[in-house]
Formats: sequence, C-alpha cells, structure tokens
Amino acid sequence: MATHTEQLTTVQTPAVRLAGLTRSFDGRTVLDGIDLDIPAGQFTALLGHSGSGKSTLLRAIAGLDHQVTGSGELAAPERVSVVFQDSRLLPWRRVLDNVLLGADGKEAAERGREALAEVGLAGRERAWPNELSGGEAQRAALARSLVRRPELLLADEPFGALDALTRIRMHVLLRELWQRHRPSVLLVTHDVDEAIVLADRVLVLDRGRIGVDLTIDRPHPRSYRDPLLGEYRERLLAALGVTAHDERRQERTGPVPSHPERTYPGHVNPKHASPEHVSPEHASPERTRPLRAHHQEDPQ
Amino acid sequence: MTTTATTPLVSPPAAPAAPVRRPGRRALAPGKRLPAARLIGPGLVLAVWAAASAAGQLDPAAIPAPWTVLRTAGQLWSDGTLSTDVLTSLERAAYGFALGLTAGVVLALAAGLSRVGEALIDGTVQLNRAIPTLGLIPLFILWLGIGETFKIAIIAIVVYIPIYLNLHAALSGIDHRYVELAEVQGLSRIRFIRQIVVPGALPGFFVGLRLGVTGSWLSLVVLEQINATSGLGYLMFQAQNYGRTDIILVGLLIYGVFGLVSDSAVRLVERRVLSWRRTLSN
Repeated sequence: MATHTEQLTTVQTPAVRLAGLTRSFDGRTVLDGIDLDIPAGQFTALLGHSGSGKSTLLRAIAGLDHQVTGSGELAAPERVSVVFQDSRLLPWRRVLDNVLLGADGKEAAERGREALAEVGLAGRERAWPNELSGGEAQRAALARSLVRRPELLLADEPFGALDALTRIRMHVLLRELWQRHRPSVLLVTHDVDEAIVLADRVLVLDRGRIGVDLTIDRPHPRSYRDPLLGEYRERLLAALGVTAHDERRQERTGPVPSHPERTYPGHVNPKHASPEHVSPEHASPERTRPLRAHHQEDPQ
Repeated sequence: MTTTATTPLVSPPAAPAAPVRRPGRRALAPGKRLPAARLIGPGLVLAVWAAASAAGQLDPAAIPAPWTVLRTAGQLWSDGTLSTDVLTSLERAAYGFALGLTAGVVLALAAGLSRVGEALIDGTVQLNRAIPTLGLIPLFILWLGIGETFKIAIIAIVVYIPIYLNLHAALSGIDHRYVELAEVQGLSRIRFIRQIVVPGALPGFFVGLRLGVTGSWLSLVVLEQINATSGLGYLMFQAQNYGRTDIILVGLLIYGVFGLVSDSAVRLVERRVLSWRRTLSN
C-alpha cells in the first residue's frame, strides 16, 4: 500500500515501543513494567487469562486510559484504529455512515464504500446496524477501522462474541486485510488457536509482564496438521498454566479459558484420533462434532 | 357399505396427515397493530355516550347528548365566540410550549454537556421541580399582572421541566462505549456531540416532549378556568355560571382533540426521526 511507504523506508523504527509501562488500578498493579517493541507491519497476538491485563495494555496503547495511574514510556503511531469485541456500530447511523465516523469528504465516502466491499458488505451501505447479523456487524467494524488507513490496528477480542463458523471466516478476512494493507496488528485474545493461526508473533501476558514472546514463522494459511503449530500450542497453553491434565478435564467440564480442543476444518484433533485418548466422553455425538458452534446464533 | 368397500389399497400413512404442531412458542410482542388503533377507544366511548343519551339514560342537564353538544358547538362557532376563544387558547399554549421547549433543551444541553453547567443548572431545576408549578400562580400574577404574560410563563415552566429532565438524563446516560469509540475515531468535541450525543439522546428527548405537550394543555385548562377573561377555559367557566353543561362539554371536547392531535403529531415526528429503532411499537 502507498500509505505504508514511509514505514518501509524506516523499517527499523518500531510501530509501537513500550518501555517500563506500568498501570495500576486501586493500588493493584495490572501492568508491571512492560518493555515491548512491535515492528511496523507485524501481526502480533497477545494472549492472557481474563484479568491478566491484556485489555489494559491495549487501552494504554490506544490512548484510552485517561484516569489510570501509571508510568513508563509509550510510543505509538498517529493513525491507530481499534476494533472492539462488540461491533460498536451506532444504531442511528446507516452502515456506511458508521464506517465513515470521523472521516470526511467525498474521497472518504469512496474509501468507505471500498472498505465495505473489501469486507464483503457491498450493497449493505444503507442498512441499519440492527439489520446486520453479528458477523456482518463485526465486518462493518473492520471496515470502519480500515477507512482510517491505520498504521496500527488494535483488536480487543474482536471475534470473541461470534459463533465458531463465523469466527473462522473472520480469521481469514482479517489475515487478508492485513496482507493487503500491512498495518501493524496487535490482536488481544484469550484463544490460543486464534493466536497461532493468525499471528506471526504471540505474546503471553502473565501477572502484568510478558511471559512468553514466541515468533511463529510458518506459512499462511496455516493448518493444524502442521506439527510445529501443535508444539507452539502446547507451549502457549503451558505458559497460560493449562496442563495436559487440565485439557482432558476441561473437555469433560466445558470450555474456557482458551478453546484448546476446538479444531479447524480439515484438521483432525490428535487427541480424538489416537486410540489411547478415546475416553467414553469422546464417543458421544457432542464430542465427534468437528466444530462447536455454541455461541450466539445470527439473528438472520 | 360403499365406504368400507373403497378402503384404500395403499395403507394409510402411519400418522394422520394433521399438521405437526410444535409445542407453541408464546409470541411475546403484542403482534400486528390494528388499523386506526388509536381511534378505537375514543370511538367506543362516543358510541356508549350516544347510545345512553338516545335511550334516555342520561340526564340532559348533567350530560347532554352528543348531538346537543355538536349543535351548541355549531352555534358558538357561527356567532364567532368559539373561534376567538379557541384561537386565544391555542396562542397561549403555543407560546408557552415554544418557550418551555427552548428553555428545556437549552438548559438540558448546558447541564448535560458541561460539568459547570450541570453544577449551576441541575440542582436549580430539581428545586424548581419540587415546587408545584401551579402554586406559583399567585406570585406570578403579582409579578407579571393578570394578562397573557403570566399564563405563558406558567405554561412554559410546566413544559420545560419534563423536557429538561428527560433530555438531561438521556444526555448524561450516553453509553460509555460510544465515548470510547468517538475517541478512537478521532472525533472533535463538536462532532462527538452532533454525531453521537445528540442522536443518542433523541429517544429520551421525545419522551420529554410528549410529556411537555400534554403538560401545556393541562396547565392551560387550569389557568383559563381560574384567571382568564377569554379563551376556552373562560368560556367553560362562564357556562358553569349559567348551568350550560353542553358548552362545558364543547370546551372539554376541544381540549381533548387538541391534546390528541398534538400528541399524534409528536409521535409522527418521533417515528420519522427515530426510524432506526425497531421496537415493540413498530
């Protein structure tokens, strides 16, 4: 992208630089001296338990933490976009007007239309937000973030409220958009699989510090058949404090904190395939379903 | 019998062809709106009134028949008294309402959008609200005389309070997530107010507006019956002295029609402006 040429000429400058970043709420330290550089154009995922401070970190970089005590240095680009977990479309503005929130002029309107087409919402410009399904609303939110031509795209669990099938489609879309526009991306998520499948670098935030900093140098689109990814996954889960024992127990009791047993199309979960792991629970039809679409249904 | 002879060669389907009914899911929305729904209730009241009068069940001196009321209205209209009184009343209500609307909106914006404004205005309005406005009438007569000014002032006060309260509540209740969004999208303060705060507060504003419209008629009735030398209320007050219940009913009917029409007008505007809302009402 033309917008990115300045960044490429100064490739050594990181898009985001944090030095000793500290944030605390009511005397409780949430971020404890974080040092982090995100190079321009890198797709980074930030994992952590709920309450680990990952949203706090994202909000600090987005400049949204006004009344929070803290210290440290923080450098971020000028054009930053944020995608939230909820699409946060204004119900009283039509989809295109929502996408254009904060953007001006004819040229912006054109960009808005393009962005909507890019996310697959061409023709829905005049729709009201409450006529969109959850996935469509989140696509519109992505379009809104693109219109600003962000140098840095911050995404705070953007797919957390979507059903599993929609989420996979959104993963593909986000990766495509990143490839086309090359912003730096910081994707905050609690989903290890999502992080591995999307990001080139995965950070784990643990008790206010970055515990793991993993570079995932595998080609895209990624498949879970890639044994190396399985290895990364184990390491990340271990860093999040999920042991193999927990994983097996969790399969009996339900999901959270990260969906370790969710599989992607074409992928055979090794645990389900290998006979020594096939317990009676695995034989139930619930267990043999390749995907667990147990979140919200689309309204349409 | 022939019927037994013609038993089908093909065995009947195991289950009868009756449509399979799912255990019924209760529809919780009230369903489709009846045509001219708002007129059905008043129409029914009118019908009962007419029927009772025709059957001689009502004392004509207490409640004259609808046609008597209509005839009286016709007479009053043709001799010119009714039109003058109606116009006078409408003028008072309109001025008072316009003043109250302006004051309510301006004060609510000032209090809702700035902390200084809130500190200065909100407590004062709450205090004002605690005083029954009609209780201010004697004071206002002493201050402003018994002419039109004091009537308009009282109507304005009755109107501004619900508009202020609802609009202020709506403005200060703007979802914090939208504030964050506006910051992220780099909106200026003016834009933030124009594109997020004001449209977001409109539903609340319309609640206040409807209460204000009703309030303007309510206070008009009281003002015109206590302290007037013209207007609908005065007409009714005079009629009381002469025992003319039919004229009193003419006045009441006109008040009712005004109230209904103005409320419908506000609803119509509301539906236009808030067309993005899909709620139980549409």
